[in-house]
Amino acid sequence: MGGVSTPHVLLGLLAGGSRHGYDLKRAHDERLPRARPLAFGQVYATLGRLQRDGLVTAAGQDRAAGPDRTAYALTGQGRATLDEWLSTVEPPMPYVASTLFTKVVVALLVADVDRARSYLTAQRAAHSARLRELTRVKADPAATLSDVVAADFAIAHLDADLRWLRATLDRVADWHREVHP
Amino acid sequence: MTQLQARGVVRAYGPTPALRGVTLDVAEGEIVAVTGPSGCGKSTLLHCLAGILRPDVGEVTWRGHRIDTWSEAARSRLRRTEFGVLFQFGQLVAELTAAENVSLPLLLAGTGRREARTAALTWLERFGVADLADVRPGEMSGGQQQRCATARALVTEPRVLFADEPTGALDTLTGEQVLTQLVRLAREQHTSVVLVTHEPRIAAYADREIVLRDGLVDHTGLGLDVPLAGGAR
Ligand SMILES: Nc1ncnc2c1ncn2[C@@H]1O[C@H](COP(=O)(O)OP(=O)(O)OP(=O)(O)O)[C@@H](O)[C@H]1O
Ligand SMILES: [Mg+2]
Repeated sequence: MGGVSTPHVLLGLLAGGSRHGYDLKRAHDERLPRARPLAFGQVYATLGRLQRDGLVTAAGQDRAAGPDRTAYALTGQGRATLDEWLSTVEPPMPYVASTLFTKVVVALLVADVDRARSYLTAQRAAHSARLRELTRVKADPAATLSDVVAADFAIAHLDADLRWLRATLDRVADWHREVHP
Repeated sequence: MTQLQARGVVRAYGPTPALRGVTLDVAEGEIVAVTGPSGCGKSTLLHCLAGILRPDVGEVTWRGHRIDTWSEAARSRLRRTEFGVLFQFGQLVAELTAAENVSLPLLLAGTGRREARTAALTWLERFGVADLADVRPGEMSGGQQQRCATARALVTEPRVLFADEPTGALDTLTGEQVLTQLVRLAREQHTSVVLVTHEPRIAAYADREIVLRDGLVDHTGLGLDVPLAGGAR
């Protein structure tokens, strides 16, 4: 899965009008409720880079008072960068590489079937526990649509991983024979 | 309190073994998912627990009473009064309207006609299909039929609901809506649920998951006895 593009998220949040750094952090955490919360330092560092590249500009008057008193606004160039990002389709799984998959491959290379199987089994338990946790988040009557949509994204991926884990557990012995003929 | 218990349940169909010694407990109000590959014995287990099939060997007890030795009539009465059953394809009675289908278990249990209809309408409402009360299954979508069937399975406020792939024929979103509502109502009335499914995301609605493999409970890897990387979460 692609990483989170914090600069683009910030540009998107500024599309509705200028905002202070603190406000941006709050809006980020609210819109992306299941993402890792943004640190203030990261917000200001990113805003600094966006400003350097001409994608945002300091719109507030209090510039000398420090970054937390500064309001930032999207520039024309920032808007163009945002539009381009939004109209680019993400390459679907260009590489089959995830720690989950890679760890099973390495386990098969360096150890026996049982080692790979016990990793798969433990990972399956961890995935199931997380899936149950997110299902509870979603089924909570107080959940907002933002919560539900975010939980659903993770649920769909965990569900897919669990199917793969299950199928691989059934095939791991054959796979090991192929790796160590 | 333990609601249902299976002890060393063995069941074969002629020469084909389906269950080879299954032991499990279901507590009051507990939602237990039964998962495992096709042919592993999930439906057979559900039928044995619900008193539809009798085990060849082993015991099934219901609130401390051994039911597998009961007569068919006694087990059938238990199913009507204490259990609710829901299958993949709702299996509504084609000749009856939605309200009549949902009333049926109450009428069989001796409830009066008017009272049964009122309860049926309440339960159809809970599953968002009150407007279909006078419609027959043939004129409903699969999702609408399954909502009616779920209402019918819960209308007697059973102590245990047995559901075999209840969302198997529905698209993801519809299946989730039906299941979310089913789980919510089951929890409200402390109904235990035995939920057979092959979908991880459906099993995740349960409190606990039992994996069957070749007619036996697979005990590997159900708990988490290894550390999570970085202590995350
Ligand atoms: N009525 C029957 N007559 C003969 N064999 C049967 C009958 N019902 C089930 N079996 C066999 O018993 C075994 C267990 O079947 P069961 O239906 O319990 O599996 P299951 O886990 O529910 O499968 P699925 O996920 O495909 O529904 C299988 O080998 C099946 O072929
Ligand atoms: Mg089955």
